[in-house]
Amino acid sequence: MRKTINLKKGLNLRIEGALADTNVSATVIPANIAIVPDDFPGFMPKPDVKEGDSVKAGSALMHDKNAPDIHLVSPISGTVESVVRGARRKIERIVIKTDTASPSTVATMTSTAITSADDVRRMLKSSGLWAMMRRRPYDIVPMESDRPRDIFVTALDTAPLALNLEEMVKGMDAQIAKGVEAMTKLTDGTIYICVAQGSNLADVKGAEMIELPMLHPAGNAGVQIANIKPVNKGEVVWTLDIVTLAKLGEAILNGKIDYSVETALTGSEVITPKVVKTVPGAQLGELLAGDEKTDGRNHRVISGNVLTGTPEGEAGYLRYPYRQVTVIPEGDDTHEFMGWASLSPSKMSESRSFLGRFLGRKFNPDARINGGRRAMIMSGIYDDYMPMDILPEPLIKAIIAKDIDKMEALGIYEVAPEDFALAEYADPSKLELQRIVRQGLDYMRNEA
Amino acid sequence: MKSLRNYLDRIKPNFEPGGKLQSFQSVFDGFETFLYTPNTTSKSGVNVHDSLDSKRIMIIVVLALMPCLLFGMYNTGYQNWLAAGATEFPFWQLMAYGFLAVLPRILVAYVVGLGIEFAVAQWRREEIQEGFLVTGILIPLICPVETPLWMLAVATAFSVIFVKEVFGGTGYNVFNVALVTRAFLFFAYPAQMSGDKVFVSTNSILGLGYDLPDGFTGATPLGQIASFTGDKLELLNLRGDAISAWDAFLGLIPGSFGETSTLCILIGAVILLATGMASWRIMLSVVAGGLLMGWIANVFQTPTYPASFLSPIDQLLYGGFAFAAVFMATDPVTAARTGTGKYVYGLLVGVVAVLIRTYNNGYPEGAMLAVLLGNALAPLIDYCVVQANVSRRMRRLKERARA
Repeated sequence: MRKTINLKKGLNLRIEGALADTNVSATVIPANIAIVPDDFPGFMPKPDVKEGDSVKAGSALMHDKNAPDIHLVSPISGTVESVVRGARRKIERIVIKTDTASPSTVATMTSTAITSADDVRRMLKSSGLWAMMRRRPYDIVPMESDRPRDIFVTALDTAPLALNLEEMVKGMDAQIAKGVEAMTKLTDGTIYICVAQGSNLADVKGAEMIELPMLHPAGNAGVQIANIKPVNKGEVVWTLDIVTLAKLGEAILNGKIDYSVETALTGSEVITPKVVKTVPGAQLGELLAGDEKTDGRNHRVISGNVLTGTPEGEAGYLRYPYRQVTVIPEGDDTHEFMGWASLSPSKMSESRSFLGRFLGRKFNPDARINGGRRAMIMSGIYDDYMPMDILPEPLIKAIIAKDIDKMEALGIYEVAPEDFALAEYADPSKLELQRIVRQGLDYMRNEA
Repeated sequence: MKSLRNYLDRIKPNFEPGGKLQSFQSVFDGFETFLYTPNTTSKSGVNVHDSLDSKRIMIIVVLALMPCLLFGMYNTGYQNWLAAGATEFPFWQLMAYGFLAVLPRILVAYVVGLGIEFAVAQWRREEIQEGFLVTGILIPLICPVETPLWMLAVATAFSVIFVKEVFGGTGYNVFNVALVTRAFLFFAYPAQMSGDKVFVSTNSILGLGYDLPDGFTGATPLGQIASFTGDKLELLNLRGDAISAWDAFLGLIPGSFGETSTLCILIGAVILLATGMASWRIMLSVVAGGLLMGWIANVFQTPTYPASFLSPIDQLLYGGFAFAAVFMATDPVTAARTGTGKYVYGLLVGVVAVLIRTYNNGYPEGAMLAVLLGNALAPLIDYCVVQANVSRRMRRLKERARA
């Protein structure tokens, strides 16, 4: 009997543009891809390649200044087109031009027997899989010195319009089992696999299966940890998703890693939402070619989901950790007369003062803030979207005040910016909660 | 609508830095965002936002106050007619009389308050905040109808500046701005602001209504109770008839402009709760606290404290209790913000309101002071609730360390 955690708080946004067909409809090998080190918080990038170098799938592009063994790797073969640097020569992204003749996305690993914890660590670091994990506290790439208390594997993505993670690892039971076996070497604690209620994923030896409802934010690792075994001060846990775990298992079993990623093209401004197979860092314009509506409206092309994704535009790239592109109207071309007084049922809101909330219909929201930024006025709104034992309002205030003791006491080690995304959506004061939390985490990491 | 948009776009450059009217930028911005939802889009964080904003919240609260305002107009006329001994009460004349009586007060509150808000917003180079939309209508509703206009202006200016703006504006104030206005009037001008003279409009306005004789007194029910001696409490209206609980429920009694009708306050409460703009926790616990204290006082009734003769239900119907429970205690900025804290806060407000009213004959109305006391204690209540969360986390840490 699997343990079930029944979460009541949360919200599944009812947005147009969901996938009808979840099978992969095409493979898109883009001409350009880019790896953005900012997507790996805590990773201080130093380049391993220079412009003009040719790379293969799985060859290192960057390493961490503080841990030279941790790499970001190229997911595809090609040549390095540019190393784009920003302020203080920080690497912003490395762009790779794929060699269209035979762009391989499968890397072959050197075959060494994986027997000890050090073998697993070495494999994770050199293959780039290490950087795909996160650790609490701080929601950053795991540190080399970490000995995690537990490891949490997420097998459900509850974000708006997201793909089903479980379908991506269908038929990979052996790989998952092998991955769990390897991961148990890294922790004295438990490997938890969090699945959706009624999931078909078979029990895995050596791991504890936990069922959660498909109600966002139940898919967030932070919510899962908080409800299974919260992080205390001084403790470290690691989180990764089931797809990364299966890749690790595949690498150990067959010595191969497939870096390709199934990506959902969703949102109201996509003609037919569909799933394509591509590589991380794919150029979004190429992914969306011919799939965007031409309705004369300005579009916002988001790498990721509408809550946590980054607005990249068509010239941008598919950023880690997303397996999703969402296109919605930008909304900066509309002038709505007295929008605050609107009685229209097409307005998306969780407030009971809007009709649409009761009609069960889907919405077509744009990217407007729908109001002005204010001080925190209404109370208790954030709480409705935080299914964890955290008091969001006092914590946010403590972060703004840079009060280290208070942040610690209120549980900043347990949260990640994404856990505040729904609260940020619902906030009538339109505060940038995710940015505030990220700043708080960075501040704590530097000061504490 | 297109021409209005074009007009705004045309005059907008004048208000931008360097323009002729740049010192009115905040004012222009306030009107522009009022007319057209700003089309600024999110730059970081979530890509979609809920349609609810503070303008809508404030306007819904103002809407919820409308039944009280309309009834206040009727009642002001009604009391004047009644005091003059009239036997017929023509509806529209009563309404017109009440409208004319309250209009200058609403105008004064808005002009003074919004004027200060506009000036401060411009000085700070911020957007104009909507908080005063509600405050400006609350002030005339909770003040006696005969409050002199200059006093109202002084009190409004005092509380907007010293209770709100010095703390940082809407969302940062510790005390309810409208209630401090009332408290300022009450303590700064006690001679004019209490007693029997201010609660009934005594002059005819533009030929409507009646001029009542000098020296006319019309005490509110709570005022009568405070000065009552004897052991059988009987409340009288302006004509000398007994006041029933039904009259008090409908609101046909003398009192502050918008506070008399429990029925209209209930309509407002339904609007606030149905739209989720006010906390049901606070409303419920204020009422529970009032009933509890009213019951205790009633059980130990004594002629020394005549208000103890009132039944717990009467305690809710008379004076400003219901209005405070629905519109004042629920102000999200000054109330407790944590879930558990809201129950404690509400209970405190309810109990103290009846406590003051019953056991302190100097203050016939306790609701105002009770809410202000609740405002002062709300941060402390929240601190205790937050501390419970903190110590739960500490305990977890200690258990782990031991294991």
